[in-house]
Amino acid sequence: MRTARTRGARLGAVAAIATLVLSACGGGSIDDQTEANEDAAGDAGGECGDLNMAVNPWVGYEASAYVVGEVAKAELGCTVNYKELKEDVSWQGFGTGEVDVVIEDWGHPDLEKKFFAEEGDGTATDFGPQGNVGIIGWFVPPWLAEEHPDILDWENLNKYASEFATSESGGKGQFLGADPSYVQFDESIVSNLDLDFQVVFSGSEAASIEAFRKAEENKEWVIGYWYEPQYFNAEVAMQRVALPPYTEGCQDDPATVACDYPETELKKIVGTEWSESDSTAVALVQNFTWTNEDQNVVAGYIAADGMSPEEAAQKWIDENGDKVDAWLQ
Amino acid sequence: MTTTAPAPTAPKPVEPGAAPPVPERQSLSRWIPAAAVVAVWIIVWTLTKGNDTLALPGTARTDLHDRLTEFQNDLLAGRATNPVMQFTNSIADALRGAVEWLQKMVVLPSFPRPVPEIGWLGVTALATYVGLVVANWRIALLVLGSFLSFGVFGYWQDSLDLLIITGISVVIAVVIGLPLGVLIGTNKRANAIVTPVLDFMQTMPTFVYLLPIVLFFGIGPSAAVVSTLIYALPPLIRIAGFGIREVSTTTIEATDSAGQTYWQRLVKVQIPMARKTIIVGLNQTTLAALSMATLAAFVNGPGLGKPVLAGLRINDVGTAFVPGALIVVMAIMLDRTTTAASERAEKVARGGGGNVRVRRAMIIGGAVVALVCIYLSRTYVSLAEFPTYTIGDKVASGVSDGVDWFTDTFGGATEWIKDLITNQFLNRTQALLADSPWWLSFIAIAALAFVFGGVRALVSTIVCLAGMWYFDLWNDAMKTLNMTLVATVLVMILALVFGVWMARDRRVDLGIRPLLDAGQTIPPFVYLIPVLALFGPSRFTAITAGIVYAAPAAIKLVADGVKAVSPTTIEAGRSTGQTTWQEITKVQLPMAKGSLVLATNQGLLYVLAMTVIGGLVGAGALGYDVVYGFSRSEAWGKGLAAGITIVLLGVMLDRITRAAADVRRDDGPTTRRAFNIRLPIGPPR
Repeated sequence: MRTARTRGARLGAVAAIATLVLSACGGGSIDDQTEANEDAAGDAGGECGDLNMAVNPWVGYEASAYVVGEVAKAELGCTVNYKELKEDVSWQGFGTGEVDVVIEDWGHPDLEKKFFAEEGDGTATDFGPQGNVGIIGWFVPPWLAEEHPDILDWENLNKYASEFATSESGGKGQFLGADPSYVQFDESIVSNLDLDFQVVFSGSEAASIEAFRKAEENKEWVIGYWYEPQYFNAEVAMQRVALPPYTEGCQDDPATVACDYPETELKKIVGTEWSESDSTAVALVQNFTWTNEDQNVVAGYIAADGMSPEEAAQKWIDENGDKVDAWLQ
Repeated sequence: MTTTAPAPTAPKPVEPGAAPPVPERQSLSRWIPAAAVVAVWIIVWTLTKGNDTLALPGTARTDLHDRLTEFQNDLLAGRATNPVMQFTNSIADALRGAVEWLQKMVVLPSFPRPVPEIGWLGVTALATYVGLVVANWRIALLVLGSFLSFGVFGYWQDSLDLLIITGISVVIAVVIGLPLGVLIGTNKRANAIVTPVLDFMQTMPTFVYLLPIVLFFGIGPSAAVVSTLIYALPPLIRIAGFGIREVSTTTIEATDSAGQTYWQRLVKVQIPMARKTIIVGLNQTTLAALSMATLAAFVNGPGLGKPVLAGLRINDVGTAFVPGALIVVMAIMLDRTTTAASERAEKVARGGGGNVRVRRAMIIGGAVVALVCIYLSRTYVSLAEFPTYTIGDKVASGVSDGVDWFTDTFGGATEWIKDLITNQFLNRTQALLADSPWWLSFIAIAALAFVFGGVRALVSTIVCLAGMWYFDLWNDAMKTLNMTLVATVLVMILALVFGVWMARDRRVDLGIRPLLDAGQTIPPFVYLIPVLALFGPSRFTAITAGIVYAAPAAIKLVADGVKAVSPTTIEAGRSTGQTTWQEITKVQLPMAKGSLVLATNQGLLYVLAMTVIGGLVGAGALGYDVVYGFSRSEAWGKGLAAGITIVLLGVMLDRITRAAADVRRDDGPTTRRAFNIRLPIGPPR
């Protein structure tokens, strides 16, 4: 019994001291903040509510998503839920209200057929261009374009094919294919243009960047699928190889593609139900538009400077007040 | 399946002074017909190579694949009216509600409070207290240290999110798994039906069923719980069933003679006697659940997987390393706690458990401290929100710098190794497997299966190969098989070297084991980044990742097998004056042959489990097909076909190696190990 009592006394003393110390170093009282929150909740008139922002897995997308999200959070008081998803899963989420906004869509005819009102269930709505222009194509590192300028024309590619050979390409030249989720016809292009190349899929944006960076540093021969807007192009200015020019309809049948990729206006896709709600964020997303340079700046903050996406977005927002104001009109 | 077959024995004890055993002639001679088969294969190959290889370009699909995709599309189109989905959606709502409630209790602000109901101090104190009650003060200290590390390294929220997801999944696994375990433990027919389903659940790549899960259970926490559950449930069912089956028949007969009913026998005899084994199953289920953390993050599942994927996205190994290491910390904490809890429960059941008075005082005192901490953490913001430290960032940039230095310094050498192994080894065997006409590889593989495993292996192999052919991905299957075989050969070389070394020197064992545990637990995505930097997108990168994942299991099996060789046999050999080399090659390895075959079996299956990860880093073949099917829903059917093909490959390799070793199918937590069960982590036994 005695031991128990002294134990209890000791505990009480420890707790008392701890309380004193902690209150002295000013932890701040939770009760006060709770009351403040309750008052604030009473004042606010439900304007924005939740904003479910899909975050597709490449850094440029992340930049757009977080800039819109942070503006919505700070200016409109939205509760922003960033959801890290691939494109197809994001589109599935429109119908269930789990996703409200896909902020950078590169064109998915298959998904549009399933989810747009014309042919599909109408759960997704096209909210127009978001200002970025997507350029997809075949690119080589700058040192290669400088030393062999004629490589920038596809008709000379076979001449150099053996230089591109690796242990992966089975005697042919290696063409570095992209992340599986991207729109790509490289295997068809290679075979339909009779190019002596083998497509090896890098698997992800990060893997391609790593390969290109190494190639430029060590003057290695690399050719691959690449695109703009893309922060990495500021570090290494990848050079585009001209394929037979794109004409309307030349990519309609995946098996017969023998032309270059078109320029794509990147679009905003939103959930239909959300777009018809009275959330104040609808207008923000509708007005949002920016340039490839803007996106590259923010993406660079994230990937090259190692900032968190929130910090990166906030930095750009602070530096570009006028552009942000225009979205909030 | 054949539970009546005799157990594969650890090497039989040998009489003291007996001569070293003669290598078994029968197993040696198998290599001669095998070599003949390969020779014929090569001859026919030179005449026919390149014909009928059934190669399909990476982004192309067949009609069969499109038909499978239609299945998913139909589900999607009918989602508003499908009654099954409405039912699963309500389950998903309940799961989401449970996760959110727990989050508000311990990690997310519980509006209108600016902080959760219980702050970090209270949560840490409570967890430590639980450790104290279920186990002992050492475990309590381990729990305390682990929880503090979650916060100090800057991942408090993600860590607790992962604990919540893991906890809910494990609770559901127990609710579903225990009755099923009892069922397969007491009913042979049920066992025969359930076991292949469990094999399937453990071998089917997660990416294949993530899209349907999203359809049935939505995005986020609910999808995370369900996908975790699918992967984590099998070990518990298997091991619980095994434990119940292994209860000695004499005990059952003795108690039966007292006239007990079925339920009495189950509840009073079988379950209590199998309790220790069941807890091993629980432990395995918990660790399997943790290993799903990164994959669940692909559908926005909360937890430490998210920062790991974020690191992968910006190709920064440091960013991925810290949360990856915290997953390892969490695994060790949960593993040690459940193990110690089962040991304690066992002791208490046997009337031990130490001084009751001391313990009671400890429990009451601990409860008071925990309650005070909870109270404080509800009152002060600084005790509710974990303070920010910079140490996590410092470790991250330190790791990144270290890896950068390593790749810069050794980049040339690693490139050379990659080209050497790829050109001299990988490309040659791939040419034989994948450039042969499909019928030639088919016949050759079946013949090899017959040579090594006899008629039973032949039948399973033919069924599996026919299935692979049917799903239109023959060429990719051969490429994946080739990578799996090459990686397993490398794994076995490592396993022999390190396994023997560990078995012969206990200090080496103690030193290496933690590394093996970490290799088994750390998410592959973490080491994918540096491996990618070293070797670029290639099959070799995928093989390296497979080796990192599979080698620990194989090394442990070999080490334990060699260690089990009777010391008297070794002494006998030494007395005849044999050298160390002779001792290893003539005594220890031949006598540990069962373990070697088992290590090969596990090595193959572990490497195969990494196929999909390989698809993310340029390995192509089936792994790429699965990732492609997950990424683009119009190709989902191709992903499904690839997933099924991977399962068939796994079953085929498993049956051949098992038949070769004449090992019965088993599901015990001992060294006779089940199909794809994770090896326990921990210090050497």
